[in-house]
Amino acid sequence: MKIGVTAKGESLDSMLDEQFGRAEKFIIYETETGESEAVDNAQNLQAMQGAGIQSAQKIIELGARVLITGHCGPKAYATLKAGGVKIFTGDRTTVKKAIDDYLKGGLKEIVAPDVESHW
Amino acid sequence: MSVKQLVIVSGKGGTGKTSLAACFAALGSNMVIADCDVDAANLHILLSPDILQRQDFYGGVKAEIDPELCQRLGICREVCRFDAVSFEASAQPVRYRIDPIACDGCGSCVEFCVSHAIKMIQPKAGEWYLAETRFGPMVYARLGIGEENSGKLVSVVRKTSLELAEEKGAKMVLIDGPPGIGCPVIASITGTDYALAVTEPTMSGIHDLKRISELCRHFSIPLGVIINKFDLNPLITDEIKKFAQANNYDFVGQIPYTPDFTRAMVQRKSLIEFNSSPNAKTIKEIWGCIKNLIKQY
Amino acid sequence: MKVVIASGKGGTGKTLIATSLALSLKKAFLMDCDVEEPNAHLLISPHWQLTKEVLLPFPQVETALCNFCQKCQRVCRFGAIAVLPDQVLTFPELCHSCGACSLLCPRKAIREEKQAIGEIRFGIKSGIILIEGRLQVGKPMAAPIIRELKREAAKTNQIVIFDAPPGTSCSVIHCLHGADYALLVTEPTPFGLNDLILAVGVARKLDLPVGLIINKAGIGDTEVYRYAQEQNLPVLLEIPEDRKIAEAYSRGKSLTEAFPEYKERFQMVLEQMYLQAEESVRKTAGNSKR
Repeated sequence: MKIGVTAKGESLDSMLDEQFGRAEKFIIYETETGESEAVDNAQNLQAMQGAGIQSAQKIIELGARVLITGHCGPKAYATLKAGGVKIFTGDRTTVKKAIDDYLKGGLKEIVAPDVESHW
Repeated sequence: MSVKQLVIVSGKGGTGKTSLAACFAALGSNMVIADCDVDAANLHILLSPDILQRQDFYGGVKAEIDPELCQRLGICREVCRFDAVSFEASAQPVRYRIDPIACDGCGSCVEFCVSHAIKMIQPKAGEWYLAETRFGPMVYARLGIGEENSGKLVSVVRKTSLELAEEKGAKMVLIDGPPGIGCPVIASITGTDYALAVTEPTMSGIHDLKRISELCRHFSIPLGVIINKFDLNPLITDEIKKFAQANNYDFVGQIPYTPDFTRAMVQRKSLIEFNSSPNAKTIKEIWGCIKNLIKQY
Repeated sequence: MKVVIASGKGGTGKTLIATSLALSLKKAFLMDCDVEEPNAHLLISPHWQLTKEVLLPFPQVETALCNFCQKCQRVCRFGAIAVLPDQVLTFPELCHSCGACSLLCPRKAIREEKQAIGEIRFGIKSGIILIEGRLQVGKPMAAPIIRELKREAAKTNQIVIFDAPPGTSCSVIHCLHGADYALLVTEPTPFGLNDLILAVGVARKLDLPVGLIINKAGIGDTEVYRYAQEQNLPVLLEIPEDRKIAEAYSRGKSLTEAFPEYKERFQMVLEQMYLQAEESVRKTAGNSKR
């Protein structure tokens, strides 16, 4: 199963990026093989509006069934939910620790958008 | 401790948002000040900022017809829903023209023009500034005349002021919001911790307060009410207090009708710096009340 | 003649003056274009006649016809439509109702459905017809309602007074575009002057004749008078700062209702505007002949 994590860098030791829509990178971790790849989200940093929606689409496209991030606005949330992605909230930790915490069942699932829309 | 964001709104224009924002800037410490009234920014008049950085703002896009490629088929005018395309019969050569003010930037005309004569351009729409004032750092902006996308420029001010506050370890971002309930107001209030509605005891004041408070509720922002010029109409002042109570909004304080605000403004000062009148004392108490309230959120 | 009452700064007295001007005339149309916070009805107390919803088309996707080619998403410049592997999501709050997605869908899978974003309502009071625009709280765009008000104004030859919103944003531009005169209301303070300069800039960019009304005269400084002189802007009326006027306003009384002597003064303002507008038209005609 693929897990997507918003990150400030390209490695598993990078810090989790708390903002979903304008996160710098996504790290996609495959639980069965332990492999991971970093995907750039740069175009969404500059997007006018709908950055959250586009980021959500990217996560869905990349096949992640679970997303770990800091906060998620309502449009991104709606898109992720429609695409069947479960969303979990991580703290100020590294990507690796966030994934470990999730696998141990220690992360909270976001069941409603927890920030208001923003541009 | 994360940075708290406090926004001052009103619904109705001219109730005293900016004058009060300047007072709070004077009373507060370790804060970043953001003027989100990008259409008609006034806070800089009282805060006299020294501009450290000036950035261009590019808002939306507009369509532009190349007269050399235009074959005058008029498809653009047919598809445009914003009445932005006109036919200039007296131009040399006759041509279709897009009014950049009316143009919405949707790009339909570009998609449908078989002559490929239309392209989208992104003209500069305004500027924003990072500055230093006697009360701390300030972020403000100026939207070009008649421009749309004020919401986007407000968001730039919001994002920059929050990042600056985090960088400097500031406790709060104090946001002077615009009047109304539209796009720029929405962009000013989303994600804030508390909204202060400055109102006046007039029929227009209470009417507009109801709409701005509904907007804040829609975005789940806790609301406090300040009544400016409260002695102008004690009946309506009372009505506003009852309205606040019935809706679980905090009644934060009231200030009498006074020429002090204008006199201070003429001297480019906040009322707090202007004199130590009872009004200054009242505003200090209001600020104390706000600091306590915002701790809860 | 179509007169727009604008200001730049909020709270200078646009609505007070727009309603007082209207009530000084035997017959007039008053358009409340401050659709985010329409207040004119509070000072006119009209008898409401009817309400019309303002509808905008929003895309509805027929998933059965869709092949998820993503053309709609590529065409949309506002991020209002998102194509997922098995469904299409729309975000009406981002949508500008431009129709591009629907027109360009190769499978004709998008139809447009009208939804209300606000309303306009018609009221009458002693020969004055008030047409008020009102945006639904939470809806972001005011322009479509202002466009609707302008369409109503185009139906009459009588004098139309537009009460514009504060600021110099595109809403205000929509009001000024196609009008005959910009009557700018200001207060003699640094904030007032700062915003007046912006408003004058807008009016001149649109080639409109401009006149000033200085409200709350006496409260601040004299800079606005100096500016008016420098810029050759006629001051058509000065209303002094008077707590009694503020109190009457707070109770929903327009100037002419509480102080009937203003009726004549507003009638003179109208005459001056007519003269100035005619002069302006003559000048433009003269210029284009050359």
